[in-house]
Amino acid sequence: MTTDTLQELTRRPYAAGFVSAVEADTFPPGLNEDVIRALSEKKGEPPFLLEWRLKSYRHWLTLREPTWQAVTYKSIDYQAISYYSAPKFKPKKDSLDEVDPEILRTYEKLGIPLVEQQRLQNVAVDAVFDSVSVATTFKDKLAKAGVIFCSFSEAVREHPELLRKYLGSVVPHSDNFFAALNSAVFSDGSFVYIPKGVRCPMELSTYFRINAAETGQFERTLIVADEGSYVSYLEGCTAPQRDTNQLHAAVVELVALKGATIKYSTVQNWYPGDAEGKGGIYNFVTKRGIAHERAKISWTQVETGSAITWKYPSVILKGDDSVGEFYSVALTNNLQQADTGTKMVHLGKNTRSTIVSKGISAGRGQNTYRGLVKVLKSAENARNYTQCDSLLLGDKCGAHTVPYIEVKNASAQVEHEASTSKIGEDQLFYCRQRGISQEDAVSMIVNGFCRQVFKELPMEFAVEAQKLLGVSLEGSVG
Amino acid sequence: MALLSVRNLHARVGDKDILKGIDLEVGAGEVHAIMGPNGSGKSTLASVLAGRDAYEVTKGEVLLDGKSLLELAPEARAAEGVFLAFQYPVEIPGVGNLHFLRTALNAQRRVKGLEELDAMDFLQMAKEKSKLVQLDAAFMNRSVNEGFSGGEKKRNEIFQMAVLEPRLAILDETDSGLDIDALRTVAGGVNGLRSPQRAMVVITHYQRLLDYIVPDKVHVMASGRIIRSGGRELALELEEKGYGWLGLQDGKGAATKGGEARR
Repeated sequence: MTTDTLQELTRRPYAAGFVSAVEADTFPPGLNEDVIRALSEKKGEPPFLLEWRLKSYRHWLTLREPTWQAVTYKSIDYQAISYYSAPKFKPKKDSLDEVDPEILRTYEKLGIPLVEQQRLQNVAVDAVFDSVSVATTFKDKLAKAGVIFCSFSEAVREHPELLRKYLGSVVPHSDNFFAALNSAVFSDGSFVYIPKGVRCPMELSTYFRINAAETGQFERTLIVADEGSYVSYLEGCTAPQRDTNQLHAAVVELVALKGATIKYSTVQNWYPGDAEGKGGIYNFVTKRGIAHERAKISWTQVETGSAITWKYPSVILKGDDSVGEFYSVALTNNLQQADTGTKMVHLGKNTRSTIVSKGISAGRGQNTYRGLVKVLKSAENARNYTQCDSLLLGDKCGAHTVPYIEVKNASAQVEHEASTSKIGEDQLFYCRQRGISQEDAVSMIVNGFCRQVFKELPMEFAVEAQKLLGVSLEGSVG
Repeated sequence: MALLSVRNLHARVGDKDILKGIDLEVGAGEVHAIMGPNGSGKSTLASVLAGRDAYEVTKGEVLLDGKSLLELAPEARAAEGVFLAFQYPVEIPGVGNLHFLRTALNAQRRVKGLEELDAMDFLQMAKEKSKLVQLDAAFMNRSVNEGFSGGEKKRNEIFQMAVLEPRLAILDETDSGLDIDALRTVAGGVNGLRSPQRAMVVITHYQRLLDYIVPDKVHVMASGRIIRSGGRELALELEEKGYGWLGLQDGKGAATKGGEARR
């Protein structure tokens, strides 16, 4: 492995790293109760929400930033962040004609045209730009099926009763440091409601874009799948290339009622920082779902971006016969750090969970799988299967596996398999001897390693994920 | 002119000299066997011809149809028509056997300025070629060499060779680890691929393989050199008298290694 090739190729620019010239209405940096009041007022929120925000904020003040994760970074100055930034032109979401053309161009450049005719026919998109949702496509078609898919702000106005019922029901405002912060200052996000027995007629997706500098993005996603319904949801994320670190502290709550299925896929490509580790997004995210009787929640994530990733999409298997799944590919290159995994909490009888985690470390990247499988006393016949595989490229990176298993019911069956391998000279030479270039060989071997996870992604995105992985890995083996 | 010309080839790993002046000329349509005790440098020769990084060539040249190979990367040599059937074929989990092979073939075709084969055309061609070594369809969609038996791995190597149609095929101990039935199948595949345009170098420890793949010439290697060359009868004589006949030491001895091959 020659360092020359490595250096040459890691200089390849981050394709989504451009900045859009959009005039923004941005709060000055700083956080206090007045900022939260101003934010709530700006969004025209009902009093219950402002109260909830303030309660969260006050709780947050009592918490300390967690330090147990295996990542290192300079401590964040929460007073130096702006907690709200919105494109100045206030878009009316009924018509794309009223969205700032510069924003439309931004999404087009990212390969996410918001004009419906140009979209994949079966995917509806909610586009979140900095702190606000700028457009949601295919709303009429979804409305016919009774599906609500809108920005969080709109849900606050149009469906306050649903929001009040479910907001914070899975991730309480007091859950953890970053979740509490989010609960205090969240600006927008997506809201989904699938009525009883409805199979959502298209894939839903939210595309998050951080544009403004010195701002944090704090969005919330809430998905409620009513009894016997089905929804597949995908989120994608990018950010401009900047020298400073930006904070992204999101919360995602999933509620799968009796017999419902929620499939939640993430392709995360936040700006990872440069080869020297300068800049990049701090992706500190709390994601959790609650599965009622016979419900199923499946998380699939492909994490290639961010300077630091800290997230543990989890499932509380509350109802009997409920199912939780977590399929993850996390890649760290250059100086990226990821501490990611899942929590599967078994409460109901005959609950089943599957965890398949594939960590890829290249460059000087550090990749930690951290997972908890917890079987409570009530969870008769619970089952878990966990598989954690790590792949190392080069000899300066690290892979760590930290599984926690807590079982309080003797009828539980918990399996854990783990492996660590290196892309061998043997594998590379074998491919090259057959005529395949070194870059293509690496990409092929890594994709093979991730296949179990990629096959869980919706078709349209599996291809995107494979490409992304190829790009993120370029130059990792010289 | 010979298709493959190896002239005064020296190579080493670290500061250890392994090849100490190899001269070898293999004409198109010919099959040459290279025999020798363990540690004589047979497999190193195969790796050096294919361009493995671990070896440093310190002297000499290798020409394929007059074109020098030594400056070329392994993938470029493959596109020139060099194929190595590995002694230990490598597993690539999650990568389908056919996908792998189509990627390889199309990479070579691109270099040659040929159009890439689409999935359908490729599948049809692959099916046809797989008959040569009796590989069934289920096998082709499994991950590359993953969970294959020793015999399946070797048959897969010959299948790949059939698809890639090299000008020079180097078979590195293709007989090792095979029972007699698998040996026959593999040898049958190799024989089916003999052609007036193709040169083959068959590396083996034992004469046994040469009962099935009959060579035009036999070379005996020892301590990084070819110490004797002859016709087929040289292999038979070697079998009869053992490597000791040529004053050679074999770490494990020819007889024991025969036991391993039957395992």
